[in-house]
Amino acid sequence: MAENIGKKQVQKVAKLSRLQLTQNEIDEFTGQLSAILKYFEKLQQLDTEDVKPLAHCLPINNVFRDDLPQQSLGTEKTLENAPQHDGDFFKVPKILDESSGA
Amino acid sequence: MKNLSAKKLRDKIAKGQIKSSDAVEDVFRRIEQIDGNIGAYISTFKEQSLHQAGEIDRKIADDQTVGDLAGLPIAVKDNMCTTFGATTCASKILENFHAPYNATVVQKLIDADAIIIGKTNMDEFAMGSSTETSGVKKTVNPWDTERVPGGSSGGSAAALAARLCCAALGSDTGGSIRQPASFCGVVGLKPTYGRVSRYGLVAFGSSLDQIGPLTYNVEDAAMLMNVIAGHDKKDSTSVTNETAPVPDYLANLQKPIDNLKIAVIPSFLTSAEATLRESINDAVDTYKNLGAEIIEIDMPHIDYAIPAYYLIATAEASSNLARYDGVHYGYRAEKPKDYIEVYSKSREQSFGKEVKRRIMLGTYALSSGYYDAYYLKALKVRNLIRDDFDNAFEKCDCILTPVSPTTAFKIGEKLDEPLTMYLSDIYTIAANLAGIPAVSIPCGFDRNNLPIGLQIQSPPFTEDKLLQIAYMFEKQNDYHEKIPPILN
Repeated sequence: MAENIGKKQVQKVAKLSRLQLTQNEIDEFTGQLSAILKYFEKLQQLDTEDVKPLAHCLPINNVFRDDLPQQSLGTEKTLENAPQHDGDFFKVPKILDESSGA
Repeated sequence: MKNLSAKKLRDKIAKGQIKSSDAVEDVFRRIEQIDGNIGAYISTFKEQSLHQAGEIDRKIADDQTVGDLAGLPIAVKDNMCTTFGATTCASKILENFHAPYNATVVQKLIDADAIIIGKTNMDEFAMGSSTETSGVKKTVNPWDTERVPGGSSGGSAAALAARLCCAALGSDTGGSIRQPASFCGVVGLKPTYGRVSRYGLVAFGSSLDQIGPLTYNVEDAAMLMNVIAGHDKKDSTSVTNETAPVPDYLANLQKPIDNLKIAVIPSFLTSAEATLRESINDAVDTYKNLGAEIIEIDMPHIDYAIPAYYLIATAEASSNLARYDGVHYGYRAEKPKDYIEVYSKSREQSFGKEVKRRIMLGTYALSSGYYDAYYLKALKVRNLIRDDFDNAFEKCDCILTPVSPTTAFKIGEKLDEPLTMYLSDIYTIAANLAGIPAVSIPCGFDRNNLPIGLQIQSPPFTEDKLLQIAYMFEKQNDYHEKIPPILN
């Protein structure tokens, strides 16, 4: 089983999760996540060698429908909740800076 | 009026004996009097509700046909999309979010002429067992205002217990309908996964989430199921009527089940407090006196349900909550230095601690190097737990357990102990992992006069039978008719 989670790993997971955690949060989560994961080690007691994973309880198959044109939400409604927009577009800060040559 | 069940109120409104306008006004009078103390609602729609009630009353006076829930004041958890008001999920990140469409269940309520009077408080994104993780406000238990109402549908359960609506909808990912129902002394039904459309329900754990009713009694739950159950082409995980036809849940409700076989799991009972064990044993005796056969079973993998559940639920949550990016909707942090910060700073500033903790846990469980040991392992254990239920249901019609190991706990008691909070979900989460229906019904009170709930679980798509079984018990007592002291 995986080793206890340390601060470095918590920082890495925070980055993957796109959460800019404070130092206090990192300290707090390191302790709490360690305790939780330690409890979860219980699962390793079970032999699941021949068990299939169950992602979903229903026998889910692809659902198809006829390709018919339908009313869509429209630009105005789509942008209604956007924190910032510019005309018909969502607005975000520059993704590439000048030096990247873009 | 406050002592009428939804079904009785509905019948009186339809016959013109009570005006919907009076029922709605009565509820708002109480909301104005006591919801300042209870905190059940995040938003209410008084003007709109009174207007709708007036229209229903006019239709009835004109002898026009009205829907199955005509004129009933109903509350909806704030994670179901409504085109009116905000849909906040009790999170700062969605505090100003106005949904462009109604959730299917919301539309179904409206089509049945129900009046949606408000949206109820909850744990942020439904992540919690006490409604304390709400980023909007605190909700207290109407039975004891120093205690939690349970969660995550705590606002719906508290609103109902305090007579601030006549029925409510909640959502249940790991017990979020049943546990608050038990803490607040009302009925709460989690239907089979796929029975009720999730379209417009803000996603938490997509393979676990299910919407269901919280009501004063079993009959009301059946009446609401008649409206909300069924296939929805907008939710590809809702089952078709060919796969599982939707019965009339009211039709046979009062008919007792012949040769009823009930299972109990003696080894599993030990996690619950003594008073709760006694109540459950009394319930078992009640069924025995009604002629049911009681058998003892073992579910060998049930002890592993908590870790399996929390790995799967957080993994799904970490993926579902990736959509909150500060771009398309929701909160955006000011002055982000780059595009990544739009994402990471917005999320940091507007998610609460429990949500962050679960995103972290889920991301870790899915991350390279840990996926097999955690997430995949949990999915395999999920299969073993479902097998346990399949085997059990070969021998019995239903399984009786407590809903929670304790009655409502004190506010703050478990908030800083996430693992302790998770462990309190021991009785409810297995039903979500296996996708089966489960109901919580009032079965007694502890020495602090706090309600105790009885959980009944049955095979997939047998809600009709499950409600019949629950009704058999309910008819033998008056626990569901007790009213919290705050209303006296």
